[in-house]
Amino acid sequence: MTTAVRLQNIHKRFGALEVLRGITLEAQEGEVLSLLGSSGSGKSTLLRCINMLEIPNDGDVWVAGEAVKFRAGRQGQSRTVDTAQIDRLRSRIGMVFQSFNLWPHLTILENVIEAPIHVLKRPRSECIQEARDLLERVGIGDKAQYYPAHLSGGQQQRAAIARALAMHPNLMLFDEPTSALDPELVGGVLRVIRSLAEEGRTMLVVTHEMAFARDVSSRVIFLHKGEVEADGPPEDVFTNSSSPHFQQFLGREARTE
Amino acid sequence: MDLARTFELVGFGPDGWGAILLAGTATTLAAAFCGLLLSFVLGALGASAKVAGGPAARAAAETYTTILRGVPELLVIFLFYFGSSSVLGAIAALFQYQGFIALPGFLAGVLAIGVVEGAVMVEVLRGAFLAVKPGEIEAAKACGMNTFLRFRRIIAPLTLRHALPGIGNVWIGLLKGSSLLSATGVAELMRQTQVAAGSTRLPFDFYVAAGAIYIVITVSSGVVFQLAERHYSRGVARP
Repeated sequence: MTTAVRLQNIHKRFGALEVLRGITLEAQEGEVLSLLGSSGSGKSTLLRCINMLEIPNDGDVWVAGEAVKFRAGRQGQSRTVDTAQIDRLRSRIGMVFQSFNLWPHLTILENVIEAPIHVLKRPRSECIQEARDLLERVGIGDKAQYYPAHLSGGQQQRAAIARALAMHPNLMLFDEPTSALDPELVGGVLRVIRSLAEEGRTMLVVTHEMAFARDVSSRVIFLHKGEVEADGPPEDVFTNSSSPHFQQFLGREARTE
Repeated sequence: MDLARTFELVGFGPDGWGAILLAGTATTLAAAFCGLLLSFVLGALGASAKVAGGPAARAAAETYTTILRGVPELLVIFLFYFGSSSVLGAIAALFQYQGFIALPGFLAGVLAIGVVEGAVMVEVLRGAFLAVKPGEIEAAKACGMNTFLRFRRIIAPLTLRHALPGIGNVWIGLLKGSSLLSATGVAELMRQTQVAAGSTRLPFDFYVAAGAIYIVITVSSGVVFQLAERHYSRGVARP
C-alpha cells in the first residue's frame, strides 16, 4: 500500500490558542478515515492543514509521498514556500466544505467545469461531457443550468462533490459535509459520499454522523483538545476505546441525535 | 419664459446654440468617462493595498483616501492646473521661456476629478471585495487555482457585482464634478452654457436647458447601470 497522506507532529496555533498539539497521522491509499471530535477539538483545522488552507506552525506534511514545503514566518505565522507546488498538490486534492462554497456567479455546470478547464487546461467539450455525467451521478443532472442560489442545500452540496470529482483527485477531504443541511437532506448527500467510499477512493471525512463513521469508514480517528485520543478500525474504537473522553463524546452525540 | 423662444435658442437653427451645447455635452461625457477610468485604476490599486498590502502600502492608501475625500474638488482642479503651471513654468524658465504654460485644462481637470473620485472608488471596491464570501475564495484555492486565476475568474467578477451600485454613484459624482472644469476654461457643458447665457443675456433659458441635459445623462446612465446590475447579479436569489 502507498501512503496518501502523512502528517508528522503537526502543531497549529491561533494566537494563544493551540488548536493542534502534535498530531501524527497516516492514511493509506484506498482508506476512508472518519475524523470525530467535539467542536473545538481541531478536526477541521487538521483537515485544512493537508491542503494548506491552514499552514501548520510546526511539523511535516507529505501528500502522495511529496513533502509539502512551508516554514514559520517572522511573526510566528507560517507561510508556504513554493506556491506552484501548493497549487499543483491542491489540484489533486478534492475538498468539500460545510457551507458548499459554490461560486454564485456561475451555473452548476460552469462550477463543475471551471477548474478542469482553467487549472488542468483540458478541452472544454470534454469537460462539459464529463461534468454532465458527474451531475447525473450525484443525482442533479437536471440542474446543470441553474445557479447555486436556486438549489437546496443538499443539491448544492452534491454539486460541490461533483465539482471536486471533476478534478480526478487522488484524495478527497470532506469538512463536515452534512452539518449545514436540513435533516431530511442529509441522507442523499451521505449516499453519494458512501458510493465514493465504495469505489475505493481515499477520503478523509470530518463528520458528526456516527452511523456513517461506523459503517463506511475503514478507520476512525477521535481528536480531543488537539490530540489523537483514539485511532483504529470503527469496530475497535466504538466498542473497546479506553478513552473516557470518547465515551463522553458518544454520549453527547447520542443525545443530540 | 417663452417656451418657443427657449427651444429656438437651444435648437440647431441659425440662432440656436444647439451645436455648441452638444459639443459641450460631448466634452462633459469625455471628461467624466476618462475620470471614471482613472478613478477605477486608482480605486483598484488603493483597495488592493488596503485589503492585501503591507503596512506601508496600507498607510499610503489610507493617507490618499483621507486627504482626497476631505478637500473640495475645485481646489484639486486649481491645484493641478495652476500648480502644474508653476512647476512647468519653473522648468521652462530654465530654458529661457517666459510665457504661461500649464497642463491642458482638460487633462488637469480629468486628473483632478479622477484622483478625487478614485478615493471614493477605493472604498467602493474595498467594501465590495469584503462582501465576497471567504469560503468562495477558499474553494478556488482548494482546487489549485493560482493567485492570478483566482482573481480573474472568481474574485474580480464577484467583487464587481457588489461594486456596481457604488460605481454608479462615482459616475454621477464624476459627471457633476466635470462641471468644475469650466473654472479652468474647458469648453464642457457648464462652460458653454455660461457663454451662451452671457452673450444672449438669457441665463434662465440656458441654465434650465443645461440642467435638463444633465438629468437626461444621469437618468440614462442609471438605466445602463441597472441593466448591468441585473446582468451581473444573475444567480443571486432575491428575497
